[in-house]
Amino acid sequence: MCARFIKSKHFFEEGMVESLAEVSEANGKVWDEDAELDVVGKGVSRIDGYDKVSGTAKYTFDIKLPNMAHAKILRCPHPHARIKRIDTSKALNLKGVLAIHSHQNTPTIPWFWNMSQLYDAHLRYQGDEVATVVAETERIASEAIKLIEVDYEVLPFVLDPSEAMKDDAPKLYEQGNILRGKPDIYERGDIEKGMAEADMIVEDKFSTQVEVHHPTEVHCSVVNWDGDRLTVYDSTQGIFAVRDTVASSLKIPTSHVRVIKKYMGGGFGSKLDTGKYTVIAALLAREIGRPVRIAMDRKEMNQSVGNRPDSFQHLKIGAKKDGTLTALSHYSIGSSGAYPSGAGCSWPMRSVYQCDNVKTTDFSVLINAGQGRAFRAPGHVQGTFGMESIIDMMAEKIGMDPLEFRLINYAEQDQVSRQPYTSKKLREAYEQGAKAIGWWDRRQKVPGGMPGPLKRGIGMATQIWWGGGGPPAYATMKLNRDGSLDVLAGTQDLGTGTYTFIAQVAAEVLEIPMDQISVIIGDTATCPYCASSGGSTTAPSVAPAVKDAGEQMKEKLLSAAAAIMETSLTNMTYWGGKISLISDPSTSMDISAIMQKMNERILVTTGRRSANPDGYAINTFGAQFAEVEVDIQTGKIHVLRIVAAHDIGRVLNQQMLENQFHGGIIQGLGFALLEERVMDPYTGTLLTMNMCDYKMPTMMDTPQIDVIIVSKSDPLISDVGAKGIGEPAMIPTAAAIANAVYNAIGVRMKSLPITPNKVLDALNA
Amino acid sequence: MKFSTIKFELNGKPVEIEVPPAMRLLDILRETFKLTGTKEGCGIGECGACTVLLNGQAVASCLLLAGQLEGTKITTIEGLVHDERMNLLQRNFLECGAVQCGFCTPGMLLSAYALLQKDARPTTDDIKNAIAGNLCRCTGYKQIIQAIQKSTESLSDPDQ
Ligand code: FES
Ligand code: FES
Repeated sequence: MCARFIKSKHFFEEGMVESLAEVSEANGKVWDEDAELDVVGKGVSRIDGYDKVSGTAKYTFDIKLPNMAHAKILRCPHPHARIKRIDTSKALNLKGVLAIHSHQNTPTIPWFWNMSQLYDAHLRYQGDEVATVVAETERIASEAIKLIEVDYEVLPFVLDPSEAMKDDAPKLYEQGNILRGKPDIYERGDIEKGMAEADMIVEDKFSTQVEVHHPTEVHCSVVNWDGDRLTVYDSTQGIFAVRDTVASSLKIPTSHVRVIKKYMGGGFGSKLDTGKYTVIAALLAREIGRPVRIAMDRKEMNQSVGNRPDSFQHLKIGAKKDGTLTALSHYSIGSSGAYPSGAGCSWPMRSVYQCDNVKTTDFSVLINAGQGRAFRAPGHVQGTFGMESIIDMMAEKIGMDPLEFRLINYAEQDQVSRQPYTSKKLREAYEQGAKAIGWWDRRQKVPGGMPGPLKRGIGMATQIWWGGGGPPAYATMKLNRDGSLDVLAGTQDLGTGTYTFIAQVAAEVLEIPMDQISVIIGDTATCPYCASSGGSTTAPSVAPAVKDAGEQMKEKLLSAAAAIMETSLTNMTYWGGKISLISDPSTSMDISAIMQKMNERILVTTGRRSANPDGYAINTFGAQFAEVEVDIQTGKIHVLRIVAAHDIGRVLNQQMLENQFHGGIIQGLGFALLEERVMDPYTGTLLTMNMCDYKMPTMMDTPQIDVIIVSKSDPLISDVGAKGIGEPAMIPTAAAIANAVYNAIGVRMKSLPITPNKVLDALNA
Repeated sequence: MKFSTIKFELNGKPVEIEVPPAMRLLDILRETFKLTGTKEGCGIGECGACTVLLNGQAVASCLLLAGQLEGTKITTIEGLVHDERMNLLQRNFLECGAVQCGFCTPGMLLSAYALLQKDARPTTDDIKNAIAGNLCRCTGYKQIIQAIQKSTESLSDPDQ
């Protein structure tokens, strides 16, 4: 048996997850740095591409079932209120309305770690769920929610997290507004001593805004009961997570819930959590005995399905004249929104630089606004902006080049666990990125020194993230009688390319053409378990499981061929998708020839992700360099170029890798310059209700982007050696842009997004 | 609800429907004709996911109502399966890696198609302007621009 059970631990988003996993112990062929691969690593076009360009790809949003009804949620118009009375009689009388649910006629279903319920009479933000109408059409449901009469007891609200921390602030919960009642504190060494040892101290404040995910496909579910079994089509990043939450909410066995998700229009973290709307739809569908579809609109997308929390960071760092960092201190406050969500952002400060004296304090504070949720490198994007800004400030104070300063404080081992890294090629990323952007000769020697109103500058920032993935992750291979191969894995493709890399890995191992392979993912009933797609863990977790399944399949084919030729296994060899006697290549049979002889039998294997090595830290690293042009007359910033140099282990698909990097960098650019959820402090309501007011980058904002990968493989992690890239792509972009803006205009921008008015204010200050 | 009879041409075929005059073209396509290649991203004209052609012009189908359709020619992604120019664009979108989640893709393709119908050799700025109303949250747009550029080059090359 080539497998055993372990207790597996690895980072998922910002937290350590622990779970029992059956892991592979097979000694498969390791794809190390020198491995020569034919399919993996190449820019193979995505296998789901045709469906997508032809318009035939079916997303959850497109699912239509016979007799399907449509649901729409009535959301609270106030930032803080209590329901006194709901009268649904008028709405129920509207032709086409089938049922209405609220806290009055549904069971109490705990939500948000028991701090609230599916329908809670205590409403904590503008957008909280009050009632849901199900009707013949979405239009009727939308009309009907306007006819529901609700008496609200309007309560005082608080939006500013610093205000919310005060004793006399309006309380969202009896126990107070600070999540868990206290900050999250991390400490190593002696921060006071470190500050005392410093020759120079820099202290400053930085802030970042709330950012909204906005995948193009809205959050949506279609649910259908068949007796006591429920099928859920859901636009989700975690089919098994949705299955478990829906089953426990409805108090039915998990085996009675099947979650299906084929194509999906993006997620970026917002679709990691199970939506209340899915359970809401399931309750209504059970009542009316018909399938129910529920889809959010853009207003709800802005308001109610997650965001990147804001941050107010107070940083203080100390260094010696020779550039050695002696102390790093981080204090931040961030908004969880109305329900629990971690808003800390200190991980970069804890982990990027070599420093013995570190203290970080993160407050996550509950306020009357939409709940935060993991968003592409939660915490790291905000934290990297603050940290990499103050690192640049210190370098300038010491009179040292910012890159040289970073190299002096290069961490040779993980600063938090004190373990070595499986691999770290950040130095190479610094070198190659610097060379590509022209760091040594094209930066402004004097910040703001370029004459004239259009000022150019170059800046950089460092990236750290986890992204090594880990078990459990399984993949099942079925070799069919016609020689075609099915690969099944309970993972998801968010648009990231999961379908394609699974086929590539299978094709590589079995040496068969990709078009002989079907990939089946996103179905809890047919696919073996894989974790949710988040934390840049999908490829590094799933690819090795596929490889393991493939290696086992090869063994099976060898054994089958040996039986057919009535010889022993040791006489057989596998080469180029064919099997022959070692002694006589003319005996070769291809896979379909073997399968023809197997009668109706198909061959099945299940591959497992191997365990991560003990005693190592697994991280991704990188550096991004930005060149900007700032018009000091208008304050407008034009990002000319981003060079992204990263260590991400093995590249599985060059084209999809570049896609991920370009997309992450553009989101980082949006975060740096454009995107911001704006609330009205006087009414507690959301002002950025659509995608015009909430500004995302368009085609007009694209800079030149160059992606440089400095790694070849990380064979210590797995036989495949891949790390994740979705989040690393975005982490340093905003910080690099902000540092470039400083180099261009000589004035430091400490608050994101860096809008033209902030630039002009800073220049005129 | 009052229904009106509306006649127009959909993907090259004359059609006649009885719908409320305020029904959105987007819903007529997706619900009446089950053409789900046209996507909805916002419903209020901001994202471009619902782009279709109205008499050859790229328009947001979420902003057009049934009453405005009489006598028009509407073309969706499904109507261009056998169109050479569209096939070229589709191929180049795939080759250049202009597709990730793909939800914005049909709208992007139709905006690009409308541009190339008007002007077979657009500049990069023309391309950017033509697509600026189509939001994509996954890609960095660069590959989309490249794919469109490549389609203009191959079209103007007589050997292709
Ligand atoms: S759905 Fe029509 S523009 Fe967004
Ligand atoms: S590919 Fe996902 S929105 Fe464009």
